[in-house]
Amino acid sequence: MKNEYLSPVEGASREEIREIQSKRLRETVERCYNNVPFYKKKFDEIGLKPEDIKTIDDIAKIPFTVKQDLRDNYPFGLNAVPKKDIVRVHASSGTTGKQTVVSYTKGDIDRWSECAARALYAIGTRPEDKVHVSYGYGLFTGGLGLHYGAEYMGATVVPASTGNTKRQIALLQDFESNVICCTPSYALVIAETMKEMGIDPEKLPLRAGFFGAEPWTESMRKEIEKSLSLKAYDIYGLSEIAGPGVSYECYAQKGMHICEDYFYPEIVDPDTLEPLPEGSYGELVFTCIGKEALPLLRYRTRDITCLTYEKCECGRTLVRMKKPKGRSDDMLIIRGVNVFPSQVEHVILSMGMEPNYQIIVDRVNNLDTMTVCIEMAEDLISDSVKRIEQAEKELSAAMLSTLGVGAKVKLVEPRSLPRTEGKAKRVIDNRTF
Amino acid sequence: MSIKQISVFVENRHGRLADITRILAEENIDIRALSIADTTDYGVLRMIVNDTAKAKEVFKANGFAVTVTEVVGIEVPDVPGGFNNVVEALCSKGIDIEYTYAFLSPKENTACVIIRVEDNCAAKEALADANITLLDEKTAFSK
Repeated sequence: MKNEYLSPVEGASREEIREIQSKRLRETVERCYNNVPFYKKKFDEIGLKPEDIKTIDDIAKIPFTVKQDLRDNYPFGLNAVPKKDIVRVHASSGTTGKQTVVSYTKGDIDRWSECAARALYAIGTRPEDKVHVSYGYGLFTGGLGLHYGAEYMGATVVPASTGNTKRQIALLQDFESNVICCTPSYALVIAETMKEMGIDPEKLPLRAGFFGAEPWTESMRKEIEKSLSLKAYDIYGLSEIAGPGVSYECYAQKGMHICEDYFYPEIVDPDTLEPLPEGSYGELVFTCIGKEALPLLRYRTRDITCLTYEKCECGRTLVRMKKPKGRSDDMLIIRGVNVFPSQVEHVILSMGMEPNYQIIVDRVNNLDTMTVCIEMAEDLISDSVKRIEQAEKELSAAMLSTLGVGAKVKLVEPRSLPRTEGKAKRVIDNRTF
Repeated sequence: MSIKQISVFVENRHGRLADITRILAEENIDIRALSIADTTDYGVLRMIVNDTAKAKEVFKANGFAVTVTEVVGIEVPDVPGGFNNVVEALCSKGIDIEYTYAFLSPKENTACVIIRVEDNCAAKEALADANITLLDEKTAFSK
């Protein structure tokens, strides 16, 4: 499989890649300055003009973009193209129930699909293979991302989405899919269900799988490989940039190759925002040099990782990123859903209660669980358990509605949660990744 | 003529109940009756004590979540059917009992029953109609 890749750019020389990046950055900066008032203002504020950006090295002159900018301009305020050119909209969960909305033109979809296709190709998928997509289909980029990627490279897609695990397993058996794509957690649910059904995973033609959308460790990888009898590969994306395919592992599994001809990566110090040298751990920043609808410039992902430009043993010259170490903010991913402690706080406050809370995240039967411990208070205490339970139910329902994921509410003694002068430790994550 | 009941939130943690009983002992507060409603994570301890105001103050100072509720106290002859009369009297007037517990009265052959209802006045009227004696705090705490 060495030197086999889908797009020629994956094995191009670093000079050729730089040329492509410089050209695309110039075009992108023009587009942003002329079509996106937000970026024109940002540029004008620091006296920066599009012509000041000549090569990819000038990128450090450009100001950063953060998630709040997307929220402030919800839903289409940062778009660089007119409505008629938008063919698709994706979204992810955001705080206070507001989603992060990302628009795509036909060209954007094609380029994203190409990236997802490169990924599938990199783990050995070929047109005669069948790809079983068990990521959710909908506003979430996972399902449609891998779906279009598989179609792009001519493989057969089985658009199974999530749920109805027994039927999924029946399809895996009947259709004889070779590749599966889902979250690591769901992979283990499938494995468990197979075991219950008495099905031997070794008898299935599944050879490989792409797992992502949530953090997972090496031990999780070994677990998935053992229980599903396949090779488990890492894939990365974030809805603000593009779905899965922004970067992907090749068969060598020494980091994920970034489609840097479309998504230019930088590593910066999360505090000073200074670019860091190759090999340093820092915050991953992406500039969308291949996007028309929403070409974000120097978008801070909050993921912590490091880059290497050394040529990979697979033959690819595309830069590789390590699996993200953590997040520089306090976002959690629970069962694939982005959850911020501030959302929990918001729910508690909206019900007229003091936000004395702590979030405990656990892993039970391969699924993430979230328990929100809230201190019992004057306005909650009742002689009647029925009334307390009613309040718990209301809180739970409000959490589900705002967060998009269910949380158990656990009432604890007043003043029993730790108080601190500094930042409160709002989250106890017991999951051992 | 309602009886004051104090309710304390008790997290299901080892030693929590002991914390509560210790406070009552140290403050010289006498418990006449108690019951505890329990769920998986916590319980609500309900008590009739001889100094409700003091108990409330002391519990709050010690970081407990407490509340005081007015409940209805009833004197019931300590014979089979005694409690049934109470329940029937309320039921026939469409009054539901949320919870109830009982203790023996210092009076001979008499029991005291505490009931929690939504409308104390309606309950008392229904009991009066059935010639059932209400309990007052003085009687409840007489020795």
